[in-house]
Amino acid sequence: MNNLSIILKREYLTRVKKRSFLIITFLGPLFFAALILAPSLLMLKSESIETKKTIAVLDETNWFNGRFENTDINTFIYTDINENIDSLKKFIIEGIYDAVLYVPATELNVPTNAKLYSNKQIPMSLSSYIKSAMKQEVEHRKLLAHGIDPKVVKSVDTSINIATIRMDEEEGEKTIYTELESIIGMLLAFVIYLVIFLFSNQVLRGVIEEKSNRIVEVIISSVKPFELMMGKILGIALVGLTQFVLWIVLTIGIYFLANGIILGPEIMSPTGTIMTEEISQIVETSQGQDIMLEVVNMIESINFKAILTSFLFYFVFGFLLYAALFAAVGGMVDSETDSNQFVTTLSMPLMVAIVCSTGIMNNPDSGLGIWLSMIPFTSPVSMMIRIPFGVPYWQIAVSLLILVITFIFTTWIAAKIYRTGILMYGKKPSWKEIWKWLRY
Amino acid sequence: MQNFIEINNVSKTYGNYKALNNISIRVPRQSIYGLLGPNGAGKTTLIRMLNQITAPDEGEIIFNGEKLNRSHITQIGYLPEERGLYRSMKVGEQAIYLAQLKGVSQKDAEKRLKAWFNKFGILNWWDKKVEELSKGMQQKIQFIVTVIHNPPLLIFDEPFSGFDPINVNLLKKEILELRDKGATIIFSTHNMSSVEELCDNIMLINKGQKVLEGSVYQIKQDNKDNSFEIVLRNSKPFDLPENFSLISEKTDSNGEITLNIKAENDINPNILINYLSEKGTIISYRELLPSMNDIFINKVNSL
Repeated sequence: MNNLSIILKREYLTRVKKRSFLIITFLGPLFFAALILAPSLLMLKSESIETKKTIAVLDETNWFNGRFENTDINTFIYTDINENIDSLKKFIIEGIYDAVLYVPATELNVPTNAKLYSNKQIPMSLSSYIKSAMKQEVEHRKLLAHGIDPKVVKSVDTSINIATIRMDEEEGEKTIYTELESIIGMLLAFVIYLVIFLFSNQVLRGVIEEKSNRIVEVIISSVKPFELMMGKILGIALVGLTQFVLWIVLTIGIYFLANGIILGPEIMSPTGTIMTEEISQIVETSQGQDIMLEVVNMIESINFKAILTSFLFYFVFGFLLYAALFAAVGGMVDSETDSNQFVTTLSMPLMVAIVCSTGIMNNPDSGLGIWLSMIPFTSPVSMMIRIPFGVPYWQIAVSLLILVITFIFTTWIAAKIYRTGILMYGKKPSWKEIWKWLRY
Repeated sequence: MQNFIEINNVSKTYGNYKALNNISIRVPRQSIYGLLGPNGAGKTTLIRMLNQITAPDEGEIIFNGEKLNRSHITQIGYLPEERGLYRSMKVGEQAIYLAQLKGVSQKDAEKRLKAWFNKFGILNWWDKKVEELSKGMQQKIQFIVTVIHNPPLLIFDEPFSGFDPINVNLLKKEILELRDKGATIIFSTHNMSSVEELCDNIMLINKGQKVLEGSVYQIKQDNKDNSFEIVLRNSKPFDLPENFSLISEKTDSNGEITLNIKAENDINPNILINYLSEKGTIISYRELLPSMNDIFINKVNSL
């Protein structure tokens, strides 16, 4: 075994065997799975606790008598017009009615206001149903007053669907679903930002640990400082990849297990995760099959293989780039407190990429998007936002090439700072001194 | 090859600061070589060059007849002045790791380490974490990992600083034993008594310049001031012969007189002894040699 692999092995094993690694590795997927399952669980729950409701209707205009449809849940009772609203309110408190709808008489003769009384929270679905039923009735009457047959209006009512289709040389035509792509893009960008930052920080802490333990000189009398630095960086990169793989496998495992147990097999959609909520909504609006099919299309339109591959690539090289910089910082300082100033400066580009992410999401092919996804210090985050929307392959290739070249150059510089810094104790170097170290 | 290490005209500059200025030394095979000098003299820079942590700007270093190169790394055992261990790692695991970095296979490392641990009676620490050990215990482990790959050259930078007296003795004993088994040893120190005890040769270095070099015996001879201590019993009053002057005289309660006498250059002290033997009974006679400590302070202050 050569020195690099001995170091790499130690860096990897000591971290993987840590209790905190195990905890995060196993709690992470539980958290993700919960996040994914929560909407379906909530839906299930809200449906099951939705109790039957009786709603008294006091309609002083007498426009809406019998216009509200009784369902399994909601029963509408039409009271006498002369009934006193105050006495009806008492029935609510006594529990006879769950709610009272009061449509007061209006002078202009067009009722546009109503009040819904209840001593409990009125479900959104109920109030919106009442609103739409009233609206329909008023519009109906207005049309009649103008001498127009409502049936005619209904017959000309047309719904237009526009499918956005992008022409793509490699894959032919493709329908675009912007919302889903935005969500995936933002999620990936944020995850890549987080992991680059977290794991680079581990490199920083590792270097500072070796320095403050005073073991570093023992080690670099056996290996080159560059080998120690790279062993540490690569070891931690492997820890990161291990964590990912475990997270993905465990999340999928837990999701399907939990889905099977909690929701029962019939709700499980073949397309999985995020869509459960949408499907249920869609089924509810009873436009059924069409949209169901569209959801499947949506999922299939996302090129997960490309996304995952580029994610891994950008994670690895983005991490390597920042890890080298952070290792140099670790070499320069004596304690983590001293490192803050440098770390803040160095992680600025990542912050910029995150701040600009909404702009890029709204217009992935804008100048801002293209530039930020080319600049190596922002490209891992910015490119991840763009990739779900589809990015020309040459752009990805150029961006990755720039990233790799910058990584090699940065590592070379970082190694020089690191080499000198690890043997300096007791003082925080100035930028001028660091410049001097580069030329030793 | 008589010399294991030859350093020829080595210089090193950091910015405007000359850390080493045209230094040359010869370290004979199977000897103990002491680098002496005040803080900041350049000792650690020289040692780091031997370990190839830094490279000289000028000059060359010959290691066992070859120009120093990366392949020599595993032939050097180095205990730096700033030394430590990974605190949260287990002792045995860590020792194996450090041995592997010196090119010992995992299996050999474990076998040799267990033998050393056994020798020092610390085998039961194997699975303990370093942070559970006292500083003295950690020093033993640091020593073991320094010598675990049986290097022909051992370098100790201030080995006795921070060691407790028991470990200092242990270390001295081990250093001598390693020398007798064939190792060449270089160490830097402030501790002058250990220099007299251990070193065959020394170099005194100050501000990057060589001040003094040679065998401990020769240096003492070169720096002696020809004074002698003679104890007489039952002596009659007397005057000293020509070319000898009395520095001090002390009579104790038993009537024994202790004389401290300085001779002019090149005078054979036998003249004095012959003369004094007629004045009383000579109980003891010894040449007063300067201690390394005196020489060190004298030389550094006179610069």
